[in-house]
Amino acid sequence: MSERASEPSAPSVAVRIEGLHKSFGSTEVLKGIDLEVQRGEVLCIIGASGSGKSTLLRCVNLLETPSAGTVVVDGHEMTDPDCDLDRARRSIGMVFQGFNLFSHLTVLENLTIAQRRVLGRDRAAAEEIARENLAKVGLAGREDAHPAQLSGGQQQRVAIARSLSMQPDVMLFDEPTSALDPELVGDVLDVMRTLAAEGMTMLVVTHEIQFAREVADRVLFIDAGVIHEMGPPEQVIGDPRQERTRAFLSRVLHAAKPPESDTAPAG
Amino acid sequence: MALTPRQRARVSRGIQYAIALVVVAVVAFTADWGAIGRAFFDVEVAASLFPDVIVVALKNTVVFTALGFLLALGIGLLVALMRLSSVRVYRAVAFLYVEVFRGLPALLVVLSIGVGIPLAFGTLLDHTLSITLALGIVGGAYIAETIRAGIQAVPPGQVEAARSLGMSPTRTMVFIVLPQAFRTVLPPLTNELILLTKDSSLAFLLGTTLAQQELSQFGRAALNQVRSLTPLLVVGLCYLVITIPLSYLARRLERKYGSADKKVDA
Ligand SMILES: Nc1ncnc2c1ncn2[C@@H]1O[C@H](COP(=O)(O)OP(=O)(O)O)[C@@H](O)[C@H]1O
Ligand SMILES: [Mg+2]
Repeated sequence: MSERASEPSAPSVAVRIEGLHKSFGSTEVLKGIDLEVQRGEVLCIIGASGSGKSTLLRCVNLLETPSAGTVVVDGHEMTDPDCDLDRARRSIGMVFQGFNLFSHLTVLENLTIAQRRVLGRDRAAAEEIARENLAKVGLAGREDAHPAQLSGGQQQRVAIARSLSMQPDVMLFDEPTSALDPELVGDVLDVMRTLAAEGMTMLVVTHEIQFAREVADRVLFIDAGVIHEMGPPEQVIGDPRQERTRAFLSRVLHAAKPPESDTAPAG
Repeated sequence: MALTPRQRARVSRGIQYAIALVVVAVVAFTADWGAIGRAFFDVEVAASLFPDVIVVALKNTVVFTALGFLLALGIGLLVALMRLSSVRVYRAVAFLYVEVFRGLPALLVVLSIGVGIPLAFGTLLDHTLSITLALGIVGGAYIAETIRAGIQAVPPGQVEAARSLGMSPTRTMVFIVLPQAFRTVLPPLTNELILLTKDSSLAFLLGTTLAQQELSQFGRAALNQVRSLTPLLVVGLCYLVITIPLSYLARRLERKYGSADKKVDA
């Protein structure tokens, strides 16, 4: 606490969610979520397909508008109708399952366009930051490639670098490796490990249980729009209290990929 | 004498070739080729059309089409954005515009503007302005639908990525959606340009002076003075000189941007 006291504007809670409900039409997908994520914390969100993980993540930066409840990110009350969402989103990075790189732009332009058009940085400054982040994800030298010329793993690392170039305080990852061939998963997870080690606040929806066990400070198990378990990975993954958590974990760990794909590449 | 189906097909094809040959032969030996040739194409008549067919008629066709197309692009973009707006009134106005001007013959629109507006407001519009307006309004209705389809074909993930980086809806539209939409829309837009080139012939309804003649009117005027189809042939060739390269361009663009996401390097 003492070292944080010197920056009064930075609260120690990065994300606070209270009483969050979200319905699509008459289907209630999130049924009252309460959650706090500390600055520098890595929270992994696990749960079956359709349980509301993406919706929860998308309610954090208000890509989905909550039906009820409060979402506060970095002091911005996102659910306040007067909140300037565009401004708040500058400091919330998001990485999608499908990468969503801008297909008409080169890699470098993908990393500079928001810096220039949103933050107003000049080209030189934006490109310098872009190159740093590209090097960080191991893709220095691919500045002029077009997204379609890259493998899925490379595209996802560019997408991470694109978010990082905005110098966000919080990063949201929605199944960042689910669309990748198994041999490409490791590189993306490595980048995320590095980020976590550097103290980035991260909310990660993932099916990579080994990654969650290793990197997460806390793991959240969601089922049918309700948080059923939340706690350190040793507990939620290692010794789940609830029968449905156990059932989910055994399904993911046994039914999924036979060789543990996320333990493969080192370094 | 039973024939197999294949033999029967061969015989039948042989008979059809024979009939075609006989018809061609009869026409070839009985027709007065000199007269027919002159009726279609007379070198002297053709020569007399130059240079006006190029420096006046072709130039006017190109100018009317180009101005009309630019206006149509502007109207089309605006109306497409209105159709996708969250404001119901904009959507309704845009919908009405598209339905009305796609449903009316272009000829009616040209007449309404060239004749109707001067009658209603008591001022004579400049000739080039009238035809530009008419072509812009007609072309705009088609182009609006084309652009709207192009915008809707941009994957929603592109918008989500842009918004999550803090881009406003306007910036997202300008820097992310429209550039992608225009790529997919470029081939159909080129086709609209071809259609508009032909529609520019409706300027004949409004043109009065010689200097205002575009290709079709020029051809028709020349036709009245010579007993030969030559003017129409020359004028037709001029249209093709514009439209065939355009449709070649459309195919090139189609190939280039149609397969954009299949290009993967090793
Ligand atoms: N835009 C939407 N419209 C209607 N239903 C949706 C929408 N987005 C998600 N859903 C529904 O909400 C439920 C949870 O979806 P999601 O949050 O994507 O689950 P998860 O990411 O855990 O697989 C699913 O049943 C899904 O069909
Ligand atoms: Mg999901």
